[in-house]
Amino acid sequence: MSFEKILFYILASITVITALRVITVKNPVHAALFLVLTFFSTAMIWILLEAEFLGIVLILVYVGAVMVLFLFVVMMIDVNMAPMREGFIRNLPVGVFVALVMIIELALVVGPSVFGLQSYPAPAPAPAGTNNTLALGQVLYTDFVYAFEIAAFILLVAIVAAIALSQRRRSDAKYQDAAAQAKVRREDRLRIVSMPAVKAVVESAEAVQSPEGGEKKA
Amino acid sequence: MTEFLSPVLGWLPQTIQFLIVTLIQIGIIILGVTLAVAYLTYAERKVIGYMQVRLGPNRVGPKGLLQPIADVVKLMFKEIITPAVANRVIFYAAPIIILLAAYVAWAVIPFDDGWVIADVNAGLLYVLAVGAAGVYGVILAGWASNSKYALLGGMRSAAHKVAYELAMGFALVGVLMASNSLNLGEIVRGQSGSILHWYWLPLLPMFAVYFISGVAETNRAPFDIAEGESEIVAGFHVEYSGMGFALFMLAEYANMILISALTALLFLGGWLSPFQGTFLEPAFALVPGIVWFLLKIAFLLFLFLWFRATFPRYRYDQIMRLGWKVFIPVTVLWIFVEGVFVYFKLGPWFS
Repeated sequence: MSFEKILFYILASITVITALRVITVKNPVHAALFLVLTFFSTAMIWILLEAEFLGIVLILVYVGAVMVLFLFVVMMIDVNMAPMREGFIRNLPVGVFVALVMIIELALVVGPSVFGLQSYPAPAPAPAGTNNTLALGQVLYTDFVYAFEIAAFILLVAIVAAIALSQRRRSDAKYQDAAAQAKVRREDRLRIVSMPAVKAVVESAEAVQSPEGGEKKA
Repeated sequence: MTEFLSPVLGWLPQTIQFLIVTLIQIGIIILGVTLAVAYLTYAERKVIGYMQVRLGPNRVGPKGLLQPIADVVKLMFKEIITPAVANRVIFYAAPIIILLAAYVAWAVIPFDDGWVIADVNAGLLYVLAVGAAGVYGVILAGWASNSKYALLGGMRSAAHKVAYELAMGFALVGVLMASNSLNLGEIVRGQSGSILHWYWLPLLPMFAVYFISGVAETNRAPFDIAEGESEIVAGFHVEYSGMGFALFMLAEYANMILISALTALLFLGGWLSPFQGTFLEPAFALVPGIVWFLLKIAFLLFLFLWFRATFPRYRYDQIMRLGWKVFIPVTVLWIFVEGVFVYFKLGPWFS
């Protein structure tokens, strides 16, 4: 067995085991962390397949951004798992049925009969010095430029829509206007009063020291 | 390096030779970065001391030079305390994750022309991805400590790191457009010519945004809201003692050095001499590139210390405003401007 093969089996088993742990572990933060590990080992497999650009982007996008926000939410809400497990036995047959149907469908669509080595023989390893970032970019911005740009535009619309739908301005909250804060001039906040200087006359030592008779003469 | 060791290792198979050489290189970098971190803490205390008309550490060894070693020894012998009901595994994993991320990124940093452990094509993306993984250390430390101040620190850090990572990413897109490469060595080679060929000039707004975001990413003052001693005690690492705390400090300073190194590579010409293309070039021809690189890193690190001595801490909402409403629009706008530059092949940079 070659070194790559050993590496692949290690990474693949880590991927499968951690993916299983995501749905079996009780603590939601642990589940999120197992998902992070799944992404990591998937990225490693992609890098092993000489798709280093995709592998690194997977880590960058999913581990760096998506899962951070996920953790952020999971840590803030206190998920009580007990009521969620209530109907487990009752819903089990339906769940198993749906899962089986999905596995059969997947096997039919991407199974060995369609994507096996007969129909897709293993590609020759790319020669040294192949820049697959360059290759991806060239395909993405020439052959698939419309699909790519339209997908980007739809995502942008989705972001704008999500923000527009969820934004509400509460009337009882106080907001700060940073521009107004920065625009403040000295004259708006500060008034310098010119007062004539008067020589302080201390009548007696007791008048100053006694706490209740605090009528200090200016 | 391989040629250097070939009389000693020549009899071994090629793979084993490669492995040994790489391990030695990794060892040198880890040792170097750790020593640099130790003396960066000393430099920080001295520099800020002088800025505040104090002396800084001056008791341990001549001029206090052994102070970092005393600190390390002290931290190693301190008791490690685990808070009650803390999640032990994650509590101890967090400082290791953050330290790992701070060191692993050095694999793709070229110290001189070709002096790099892994000369990968997607080096810039690799650095970004590793930096993204480092965010977990802070968040997990905050969560696993089972303490409200630590949790608040972790939350703050999660929110602000996502914001500044975006700005940093956009700034890197600018570098990518100018250099046409993701390989850090290629990026530096694209800047050769003179000090005016370095990318700081055509990408001036990106340079500023990148470095300031870098200060924010490393949780340094004035962006250290994740620690925020005056509001949330010490934020995410409030429950850590002894070596756990030491690892967080080590990671913070290693990240500072890393950000300085990256800024030097991306915008200040990496190992290139600042006198290139001037009459002074032959006079400095003997200076090796790594010296210029280290000098640039040292200068940027000094800026880090200077910022800390000068600015008061930002308020949390101001940090978010600066990240989302100022930095990201500025970088996006400059990407458009740069697109125009590239189209018209402006100056020596985009030809």
